[in-house]
Amino acid sequence: MKKQWFWISLLAAAGTVAVSAETINAAGATFPAPIYQKWFEAYRKAHPDVQINYQSVGSGAGIQQLTQGTVDFGASDMPMTDDQISKITKFKVLHFPTVLGGVVPVYNIAGVTAELKFTGDTLAAIFLGKINKWNDAALKKDNPGVNLPNEDITVVHRSDGSGTSFVWSDYFSKVSPEWKSKVGASTSVNWPVGLGGKGNEGVAGLVKQTPSSIGYVELIYAAQNKMSYGLVRNAAGTFVKADFNTVSEAAAGAAKNMPDDFRVSITNAPGKNAYPISTFTWLLIPNKLDGAKKAAVTGFLKWMLSTGQQDTQAMFYSPLPKPVVAKEEKQIGSIQ
Amino acid sequence: MTSTGRRNAVNNVMLALTGLCTVLTVSVLFLILGFLLWNGWRSLDWNFFTKLPLPAGEPGGGMANAIVGSGIMILIAVLIGVPVGFLGGIYLAEFGGGTLPFLVRYTADLLNGVPSIVIGIFAWTVVVVPMHHFSAWAGGFALSLMMIPIGLRSTEQFLHAVPNPLREGSLALGASKTRTIFSVVVPAAKQGILTGMILGVARIAGETAPLLFTSFNNQYWSDKLGEPTASLPFMIYYFAVSPYEDWHRQAWAAGLVLLALVLIANIAARWILSRGVSIQRG
Amino acid sequence: MGQVAVVAVPPSRAQSFTKRLREGDQIAHLITLIFAASILLMTVFLVYELWVHSAPSRAKFGLGFLFSQTWDPVAEKFGALPFIYGTVLTSVLALLISVPLGVGAAIFLSELAPPRISSVLTFLVELLAAVPSVIFGLLAIFTLVPLLRQYVEPFLKRTLGFLPLFQGPAYGVGYLAAGVILAIMTFPFIISISREALLAVPREQREAALAVGATKWESTWKVVVPFARLGIIGSVFLALARALGETMAVTMVIGNDTAMHASLLAPGYTIAALIANQFTEATGDVYPAALIELGLVLFFLTMILNASARLLILATTAKGSRTE
Repeated sequence: MKKQWFWISLLAAAGTVAVSAETINAAGATFPAPIYQKWFEAYRKAHPDVQINYQSVGSGAGIQQLTQGTVDFGASDMPMTDDQISKITKFKVLHFPTVLGGVVPVYNIAGVTAELKFTGDTLAAIFLGKINKWNDAALKKDNPGVNLPNEDITVVHRSDGSGTSFVWSDYFSKVSPEWKSKVGASTSVNWPVGLGGKGNEGVAGLVKQTPSSIGYVELIYAAQNKMSYGLVRNAAGTFVKADFNTVSEAAAGAAKNMPDDFRVSITNAPGKNAYPISTFTWLLIPNKLDGAKKAAVTGFLKWMLSTGQQDTQAMFYSPLPKPVVAKEEKQIGSIQ
Repeated sequence: MTSTGRRNAVNNVMLALTGLCTVLTVSVLFLILGFLLWNGWRSLDWNFFTKLPLPAGEPGGGMANAIVGSGIMILIAVLIGVPVGFLGGIYLAEFGGGTLPFLVRYTADLLNGVPSIVIGIFAWTVVVVPMHHFSAWAGGFALSLMMIPIGLRSTEQFLHAVPNPLREGSLALGASKTRTIFSVVVPAAKQGILTGMILGVARIAGETAPLLFTSFNNQYWSDKLGEPTASLPFMIYYFAVSPYEDWHRQAWAAGLVLLALVLIANIAARWILSRGVSIQRG
Repeated sequence: MGQVAVVAVPPSRAQSFTKRLREGDQIAHLITLIFAASILLMTVFLVYELWVHSAPSRAKFGLGFLFSQTWDPVAEKFGALPFIYGTVLTSVLALLISVPLGVGAAIFLSELAPPRISSVLTFLVELLAAVPSVIFGLLAIFTLVPLLRQYVEPFLKRTLGFLPLFQGPAYGVGYLAAGVILAIMTFPFIISISREALLAVPREQREAALAVGATKWESTWKVVVPFARLGIIGSVFLALARALGETMAVTMVIGNDTAMHASLLAPGYTIAALIANQFTEATGDVYPAALIELGLVLFFLTMILNASARLLILATTAKGSRTE
């Protein structure tokens, strides 16, 4: 008897009033996880009968769980390849871009609070293991006046299959021929050096705790944890810091020429102030959902494309360009 | 120094060293407790026990669903594991001796030694894949597999310890074997059997690896047993490797709660056993 | 009518079983047999499932899987060597630390400590075995890793850095961190079982040694310990089996690198940590099969070790109880 009261009071205290909430299970990218969690929570408050349980496990796991059918929809920062799409036979996968974000080089160097400047070459060389001390000549050249210590660089990368890794390695493949031939671009590359962290969270955690380290995370992870992150030189030659405007500028070209399946890469985009390591991130929605789930998911998508986009700036992401939003609203109709 | 003197010196040094080894190894437990108490105690608050986890960066979240989720999966594991271990143990103790009992004992030992991550793989292939869902069932099933050998072994051990005259007396009075077992032998061993079950629960309460791809995780309350479920050990893992201070804080608190439960169960089991044994002797 | 049979034919076993079943005698036998057999069936089923689900990988790579260093999910080429290496290395490292300390403590607890103190201390050490792996991991991340990174690893590099074993950056995480945390986790097994083995040595052995003038240490080290050596070795095997299969604590401190490194300071992977990290994202047929095949390898390793350990421990207790 006492046990029942305890459970009931727990439930009441947690504020769950829903009697029969439709639980929708989703999993995928850690890149947009902070804003997704915020969105799903806000949507649940507005529609208590829709509970979307999103697990931040990495793009690779999201795609796999969607393929296995153990989640209702997935999320990824790398668009699914034709090969991956063909493996799903039960339905067709629809890509829905949700936000724009930037992947930043985040670092933890004792005594250095300045914003370091990196070129594509230097970054690729660090991650290739060719530049392994902070006071390397190439880094000093781009950062005059900064007292870079004579310390080993600890590289931190992703240990799991990651869309963020794809964006990072895709950018490197575009600016460094050596990276392209030695390592390539994918969600799981063979990192030449460094430690592996699980998820954007794990990389941020490792960099935060390991002195003299550098990693790559979505902007929000660096900002929320008050970590230093650097500027990257874009195709136009400007050293750009990732923010609301520079990331949006990177998507300008894609906004005009968005393919019908929404699968694009916007790394190393042209544009004077475009942030070169920017990306869309997608929800992977099946085009066939049953009754209650369909209503819940389509309702959420509509909300996400309108109200949801207003949260982006505060959360260090950038909103979708208007033409893309319009195109997506049309795609919602394809969900049966 | 004479040979005897040297030998005595070696004697004293080596014996002192063994004492040092003991101090080092025993102190680890106290260090663990100390750290958890220090870091976890400050972080325990009402929110921790009653609130759901909040999105990263928002303070005030808790682990209510993880606590309940763990409880539910342990319950499932107990409902499956206790009968199997208990009745299997009776079989080995009362009807043992042939090839089947030998095989059962051997495979139970084998099962006990299977790494927990491999148990997780098995539960995934057997429950998650057919169900197309991560679920509390899968997590509970995986945990039950880890509980069975512990329950089995302790049941057998304590039934063996029941003196034969007790059995023979009951049979001589005309009771059937079945009656003898359940009305005479088992009650005589019940303290020990209970202890074994408590230790089994304590062991599975802290297991994380089998839950990684069986129960997965859930931000909210799972309204069905067939849904992904949050669990305390998983949350500790997830929060510990994250960069957020607030989550670290909660991981310490959860660690303290989990360790407290496990240690209390272990100490309680010992205490029951020590009482039970003296009753048997007297 | 024919002749009456003189020899009474005993009722068949099945007939007498069902007769006794109806009388209620054999109900317990039947029910408990079913449950006991279910354990047997479940374990067999487990091995079967592992075998079947690893088939795509076994077919594609054959035995070469065990010796290949490539782990490339994109090209679908997998090899187990870095992970077998990491698993064995971290476990051996753990034993190198925990066996001397553990046997030393066991000697103290069995030979020197007064019985009541010995029981209390042994109880405390055994409580250590109850601490969940994830809590060891939690502590390791925030206490052991910084300690290694700031003090221990730089010290090792300064003093032993000429060996390839101690070269490379001091990350804190890596093989060494995993080895140390595994050592702590295996203390209880070594201590508890070795102590039992030492206590099982007959008093006469010690007294005989002391009678010919040996010091307490000499009697212990030269007579008692060798007598109990099978049990002590058994405890080592058991500890090794536990260390090989340990997942969470190792995953949290090993650094997650799929390549093989010679240095103890480098990051790496164990089989269990790899499966834990990559199983949910293993796409296709070959990738999950490769992970499950690794699980099978781990299963066989621990199975052999556990079986050997049991035999050794059995041998010791039998030997000890034999009066010489």
